[in-house]
Amino acid sequence: MKAKARQKKGWAWLTVLPLYAFTLLFILGPLIYMVVLSFLTREEVWGVRLEFTLDNYAGIFEPVYLRTFGESLKLAFLSTGLVVAIGYPFGYFMAKLTAHWKKRVMLLLMIPFWTSSLLRLYGWIIIFRAGGVFDQLLMALRITSEPLKLLYTYPAVVVGMVYALLPFMILSVYSSAEKLDFSLVEAARDLGASPLKAFLTVSLKLTLPGLLSGLVLTFVPSMGLFFIADILGGNKVVLVGNLIQEQLMKARNWPFAAALSIALLLLTTVFLWLSRRLSKEPS
Amino acid sequence: MKNRTKLPILYLGLVLALMYVPILVVILYSFNESKISSVWGGFSLQWYARLFRDRAMFEALRNTLVLGGASCAAAGVVGTLGAFGMTKARLRGQGAVEYLSALPMMVPEIILGMVFMAFFSLIGLPFGMGTLVLAHTAFCIPYVFMLVKARLVGMDPSLAEAAQDLGAPPVRVFFDVTLPLTAPAIASGMLLAFAMSIDDVIISVFVTGVDVNTLPIKIYTQLKTGVTPEVNALCTLMFLATLAVCLLAAFLARERKAKE
Repeated sequence: MKAKARQKKGWAWLTVLPLYAFTLLFILGPLIYMVVLSFLTREEVWGVRLEFTLDNYAGIFEPVYLRTFGESLKLAFLSTGLVVAIGYPFGYFMAKLTAHWKKRVMLLLMIPFWTSSLLRLYGWIIIFRAGGVFDQLLMALRITSEPLKLLYTYPAVVVGMVYALLPFMILSVYSSAEKLDFSLVEAARDLGASPLKAFLTVSLKLTLPGLLSGLVLTFVPSMGLFFIADILGGNKVVLVGNLIQEQLMKARNWPFAAALSIALLLLTTVFLWLSRRLSKEPS
Repeated sequence: MKNRTKLPILYLGLVLALMYVPILVVILYSFNESKISSVWGGFSLQWYARLFRDRAMFEALRNTLVLGGASCAAAGVVGTLGAFGMTKARLRGQGAVEYLSALPMMVPEIILGMVFMAFFSLIGLPFGMGTLVLAHTAFCIPYVFMLVKARLVGMDPSLAEAAQDLGAPPVRVFFDVTLPLTAPAIASGMLLAFAMSIDDVIISVFVTGVDVNTLPIKIYTQLKTGVTPEVNALCTLMFLATLAVCLLAAFLARERKAKE
């Protein structure tokens, strides 16, 4: 008996060896290196000196960098808020459809979801460009008389972010709402509750898991999706992601980039942890 | 009684329509005669012709497909084997390894890119297809691992036990019973990994070499510097490919449902 169990373990170790090796080498290793790097000093022209310093972390607290973090948080909150406002009703209404229509809407949802993010982003560039589709539409409807030049503005970036992150929220809410027993809502209505009250006490509570996992799936990427801000915002919108890239590529200040990355990581981990705490809260 | 307002349907339709607008705009302008996106110059296929003559674009496409294939294959092997080993036996440190291997999914891509770039520099790896494959495999593994593990955990162990009781050696049990039952999960994991790989921009930009271009990188740099409608043609073709895959997947799902 024992020999067989040991033999089983032997086989198991063999199968997990690639995974263990890969993870330790290419995930744990780089992570440790990044932490170490953030405490090193930067060499004048190239590379790093093996000198311990807290300057990199202290540097984060400079106003200009703090403001960048603030901007990233602001954008993340704004985008996430809009995604919830638009995505939650969508997922909820979708769950109320007949099975036949559910499949159709799901397919229609999947196609943009799987389409290259760059392609969809490019579409917005064409639309928002000065004199582009959006401007032409507004001028044709006589709402404005001059091109609005929405490209390279903050609203354009927000639109891009919301557009990219929406499907995740919809799918999360939908997977939760789909399991919802709508007869419970009807029962609440029959007992005299107004539509709003029935929704708040029954539907919202039961779809909360979907909403919260959607929040996580939306908020975490929104902190790092800097290429949307890069393309739709030009140089006007600077986020932490842009900052890290700049420090790495242009300023060649790797220790500082590492410190920034760790700060960003800590920030997102805190929010992840918070949301998990909230989802475990007894109703 | 149930409220039969048109509001939900209208809302769904509106949001869906808005989702397709950027895509349709890109497709529409791929047929634009004029080079400037905002001016319609007439219907033309010249950009498609230009696309097919563009050697650099084809090379980028080839790189992207090779990269996607290699990464999803590597992730498929490593992730599947790992999931098998971890569900069959209790091994030391497996919780930690499982958590670590899933990190690439939970961490913002910019950080991953930065971390890989710094690490590859440290150990002296030349930047190019090799580093690309390594980085992509890293974020592809969790997709395969999680899907296969979920399938294995939910699988009925009595099937494998029955095969063993009938006298089959463990290797045969694996190949004749376990593997076919897990195959759909492995396939979906690898497909998902492939899709993630061919769309990746941020990580690729950081770990690629000077002369290795992938399609997303190429499109990204063009979007930043200056676009020719050739990109529209490329995007339209990519969209058609995506559409075909989605429809195929939906069709296959319907077929499987019909058989059950």
